[in-house]
Amino acid sequence: MASASHAPTPLLKDELDIVIPTIRNLDFLEMWRPFFQPYHLIIVQDGDPSKTIRVPEGFDYELYNRNDINRMLGPKASCISFKDSACRCFGYMVSKKKYIYTIDDDCFVAKDPSGKDINALEQHIKNLLSPSTPFFFNTLYDPYRVGADFVRGYPFSLREGVPTAVSHGLWLNIPDYDAPTQLVKPLERNTRYVDAILTIPKGTLFPMCGMNLAFDRELIGPAMYFGLMGDGQPIGRYDDMWAGWCTKVITDHLGLGVKTGLPYIWHSKASNPFVNLKKEYNGIFWQEELIPFFQSVSLPKEATTVQKCYLELAKQVRAKLGKVDGYFNKLADSMVTWIEAWDELNPPKGGVPTANGPPPKK
Amino acid sequence: MRPPSLLSLTLDSALLHIAHIADLSHLPDHLVIDLFRRTLSAGKLTEKVLKLFLATGCEEIILAVQLLNIKQPIVPVLPTRCSESEVDIVIAALQPNLTTFFEAWRPFFSRFHIIVVKDPDMAENLQIPTGFDLKVYTKSDINGVLGASSINFSGHSCRYFGYLVSRKKYVISIDDNCLPVKDTAGSTVDVVAQHMANLKTPATPFFFNTLYDPYRKGVDFVRGYPFSLREGVECMLSCGLWMHNADYDPMTHVVKRNQRNTTYVDAVMTVPLGAMLPVSGINVAFNRDVLGPAMFPGLRLQNEGKHRWDTLEDIWNGLCAKVVCDSLGYGVKTGLPYVMRSDAEAGKALESLKDWEGVKVMDDVLPFFQSLKLSRTAVTVDDCVKGASWNCT
Repeated sequence: MASASHAPTPLLKDELDIVIPTIRNLDFLEMWRPFFQPYHLIIVQDGDPSKTIRVPEGFDYELYNRNDINRMLGPKASCISFKDSACRCFGYMVSKKKYIYTIDDDCFVAKDPSGKDINALEQHIKNLLSPSTPFFFNTLYDPYRVGADFVRGYPFSLREGVPTAVSHGLWLNIPDYDAPTQLVKPLERNTRYVDAILTIPKGTLFPMCGMNLAFDRELIGPAMYFGLMGDGQPIGRYDDMWAGWCTKVITDHLGLGVKTGLPYIWHSKASNPFVNLKKEYNGIFWQEELIPFFQSVSLPKEATTVQKCYLELAKQVRAKLGKVDGYFNKLADSMVTWIEAWDELNPPKGGVPTANGPPPKK
Repeated sequence: MRPPSLLSLTLDSALLHIAHIADLSHLPDHLVIDLFRRTLSAGKLTEKVLKLFLATGCEEIILAVQLLNIKQPIVPVLPTRCSESEVDIVIAALQPNLTTFFEAWRPFFSRFHIIVVKDPDMAENLQIPTGFDLKVYTKSDINGVLGASSINFSGHSCRYFGYLVSRKKYVISIDDNCLPVKDTAGSTVDVVAQHMANLKTPATPFFFNTLYDPYRKGVDFVRGYPFSLREGVECMLSCGLWMHNADYDPMTHVVKRNQRNTTYVDAVMTVPLGAMLPVSGINVAFNRDVLGPAMFPGLRLQNEGKHRWDTLEDIWNGLCAKVVCDSLGYGVKTGLPYVMRSDAEAGKALESLKDWEGVKVMDDVLPFFQSLKLSRTAVTVDDCVKGASWNCT
């Protein structure tokens, strides 16, 4: 049976970094101030590095632009996307904390049906600190929530659950649709507050959106590579999708859990559907090959760490997707580069990071 | 004859969309009244629409409602999504007095043929109010139709006899201690309409949609959902949920004796391919034409009693159904609709614990179903069930 804790959720302010990719400004942080101020921010500035990003007063942050990324990674910087929010994964790599929360700069605080502001970060922490249940679907959703439990018929041996690696939040207002759906339904808004968190069953893939996402960096960090997107690449707006599919395959293999549902944030800005269509165009065709690929991936027993799983995935991407398009060979290379860079910046405890120079202060 | 005025055309158009209008308070009273009259004449007054008009605060409308003796809840406007010829409602009677039950469900059940199966172990006569198209099956009917059979239809299993004798395409079955519940907007949930909507819209088992059922109004497939999977597959089983007294095992009932389910989760979702779930028979609907052969009581606990927590027949049934659906490319949904389940029996769980063998059963049952692979030559539900039973032995 699930024993839900009625104790207040720990803040984890020294164990969690908030990673925000941005190209314009960070005014949206004003609205999040009551919830984000205790935490350290890692801001990844995309686009023109000579531009100054204004960060509201009172936040503790470190900021990286393209120059910093090039300086710190040297030739390995090629794996970090340019002119695409995929660059945010650089923030995951340089963080030294156990947990990451990432949010887009057009996402604001939403209200629950009672009118109260939703503390999204607190909910993500609750999700990450309570187990997942990927081996059998609980019809009352997350059994560890206060007021819920495992239903009749749920095997007792499965009620301990597994550690939660990812907490995938949702969005009210502008839904995360692809370009064709945006073009057909430009006025549709997500107004339905679904009061549930659930574990995505083992063996099931899902479209992971990076707008409102938290994960345990120690459990799954190296799998959160957001791919090669943006400038000079034939595809965009599939960065989080790619990371999600890789992550799910690896969490399934390692016996970790992925949750989706609460918390909601308020997504304010609808991107231009025509621009999106151009970016997604290849992705729309390629995903028809990608999904069967990920659904049939099998990782060897010897792949016992995230890095080993990821490198094995890269090998299979090259072998099976290279023929779909040459892009996937480049992507496979970048996946390997990413792991190399990750391991350099995150040596096993006791080692010294060998990146070029210390991270810049504000 | 004068052509209709622009105002009249506008009101007619508003009438056409009356079910989707959220707020009329900005309209002047005389227009609200005119619209109300048209709504009454067109027979489009539902509970939700009535609330809409009353919310305007227009005194004439409030007066008209009183004079016409319009009461809430009222018989809903005939749902357009399903016809009486398609649906049977099957109720297992485990208590003799079903008056409260049927009166509460009357607005939603009165259109349909109802099959009531009396628990063969129950001696008392059933009390059922009149005004329903209803047939009662008792122990003698069960014996008469089946003679000697290895299936034990006593207790909660008696409902499966109802599935057997039904001739309709869809069956909806609800426990006799459940009543209609109100959703978060305060409207009474039409369990029939929701189950039918679930069964008549596709399921999406091959990829998880993070906005849940993409066929619901106001939502769609999200970015990253492959287009080739957006047609979905036919949904064969719709598993509803319960407010108040949730369907827990007896151990959980004892430990959390004061816990009640108060969270109304406004979602329907497809249970993904390969994922198993515990299907609760308390509130369930299925496509009998196709899935019927898989809906049988296979597992009976040794000391199976009359409380829901004494049984696992529905759990076993659900696992069979899910394996069959996965094998044949059909879908299973879970979530809405909710019913309100009374806690008349909730305090008695402690008595059942003494003889309860349920602790270990699922630990053996689940791995069996998870590893069950049905032959590719089994292309009908019938073949699948036979294949599964072969694996069982």
